[in-house]
Amino acid sequence: MKNRLGRVVIMAFPPVALFVLLVAIWQIAIAVGNVRSFILPAPVRVAQAAWLHRWELLQATGTTAAAALAGLATSLAVGMVVAVAFSQSAIVRRSVYPYAIFLQTVPSVALAPLVILWFGHEFRSVVVVAFIISLFPIITNATAGLLDLDRNLVELFAMSSASRRQVLLKLQLPNSIPYLIAGAKISCGLSVIGAIVGEFTAGYGDGYYGLGYLIIFASNQMETDFLFAATLASMLLGVVIFAAVSLVGDWILRRWHAPGSAGDALGAN
Amino acid sequence: MSTELFTTPTATPLVEIAAVDVTYRDGLRAVEGVNFSLRAGEFVALVGPSGCGKSTLLRSIAGLLRPSRGRLTVAGLEPVQARREATRMSFVFQDPTLLPWRDVYHNIALPLELVGDDRRGWEARIRQAIELVGLADFAGSYPAELSGGMRMRVSLARALVTDPALLLMDEPFAALDDITRQTLNEELLSLWESRHWTGIFVTHNIAEAIFLSQRVLVLSRRPGRVVADVPIPFPFPRGSELRAQADFARLTGEIAAHLREASR
Repeated sequence: MKNRLGRVVIMAFPPVALFVLLVAIWQIAIAVGNVRSFILPAPVRVAQAAWLHRWELLQATGTTAAAALAGLATSLAVGMVVAVAFSQSAIVRRSVYPYAIFLQTVPSVALAPLVILWFGHEFRSVVVVAFIISLFPIITNATAGLLDLDRNLVELFAMSSASRRQVLLKLQLPNSIPYLIAGAKISCGLSVIGAIVGEFTAGYGDGYYGLGYLIIFASNQMETDFLFAATLASMLLGVVIFAAVSLVGDWILRRWHAPGSAGDALGAN
Repeated sequence: MSTELFTTPTATPLVEIAAVDVTYRDGLRAVEGVNFSLRAGEFVALVGPSGCGKSTLLRSIAGLLRPSRGRLTVAGLEPVQARREATRMSFVFQDPTLLPWRDVYHNIALPLELVGDDRRGWEARIRQAIELVGLADFAGSYPAELSGGMRMRVSLARALVTDPALLLMDEPFAALDDITRQTLNEELLSLWESRHWTGIFVTHNIAEAIFLSQRVLVLSRRPGRVVADVPIPFPFPRGSELRAQADFARLTGEIAAHLREASR
């Protein structure tokens, strides 16, 4: 336990030290260089703005988190269904896959207005944008996990004359889990981006807003310190969701993580 | 299912291979003109230079590959049909080939699940198989938590849990150190003496082949054909002291000579 704590301290020290150093340089540079605060506010001013708007920021972070997580969950469910269809039929895979790639190349900023046109200025529109943006990595990773099977394992199932359904349920689906987790790690960052881009355009009604709305609002008001605080909150949100997904993933894989397995190769450490 | 169904009369061969060629899709001929037959209850080792088609031949007997020419039957049937209807077959791979998300107990349960046997009696059979390979204390462990030798034991237990009539082994101990390999050889032999399945054991280790089998078939380099069929006369049960006997050394030399010739 003590050792582990020691390791954490050793791991955490360099980035924390760097952070403190950069913030100090930032603060001093602004004091010395006399930079106007609406161009670049000092860290202390950002902290003051964050404290002043703490309840708005908290509520907005909660709303954005809910939209991002709902989008991520939907993309996991839909992505898995699509991947299973891909794994079961080469024809389906070959005809649909190009459109899945197309999905990835559509810029989310261009997509958001269209989604809002269809689904209205509502929470659900933001979820849809987050969902679309985070879907592609889930599809590709889950499909890879369903198809990238150990040849010997396939033959082992063949020796027992296993049915396609047995192979899917007892081999392909469990085999895809590390891949799916790796996909979720990529997608959780994307889902936060999707939610914020959705909120830029959606702008909910009174007393109901996310970080994307706050960012646009602060920008329009030239409240650059508040803008910084909102941007920092969205970064923190992404980090927290990533850490949560990683923890859940590690917990799921805790027993079957042989060194050098697929999970390692994909960075699902 | 009754056990009688899986007992083959000793007079007729269980495995018959006549003029068999196996050609891969890219035109590469792996084995050519192979002939041999196996009585039920026999334990045969297949040796040959690497890449000579030993594994290909074994996979053909398992019905995982189809010969391009010749006749290959198990209990008088096509291997795939035999596997489904008449002869319980198990295949032991060179790698343990375990499901990493299942513990030892549930890895061994897999073939029973896939065959869809009556669930009654499963637990006893699985426990017995775990007991046989000496892993009683590790039933709840996951493959990642086991050593290489232990994983191979799990693989063996999984092959034995269905009580196979034909056990096909593709260099199962090749990746293990010498001591572990010898221990597993002895364990495998005592299992064979108590159960009397028919065994085909592919290896490139001559001592292992002699120690285990009643006959050693030597394959030539690709395209593989049987160039020698050496009977191994040592009585059973065989113990580790057999490896030190002069006759053992003489047979090792004889088969090594065949192999040298076969590799040319």
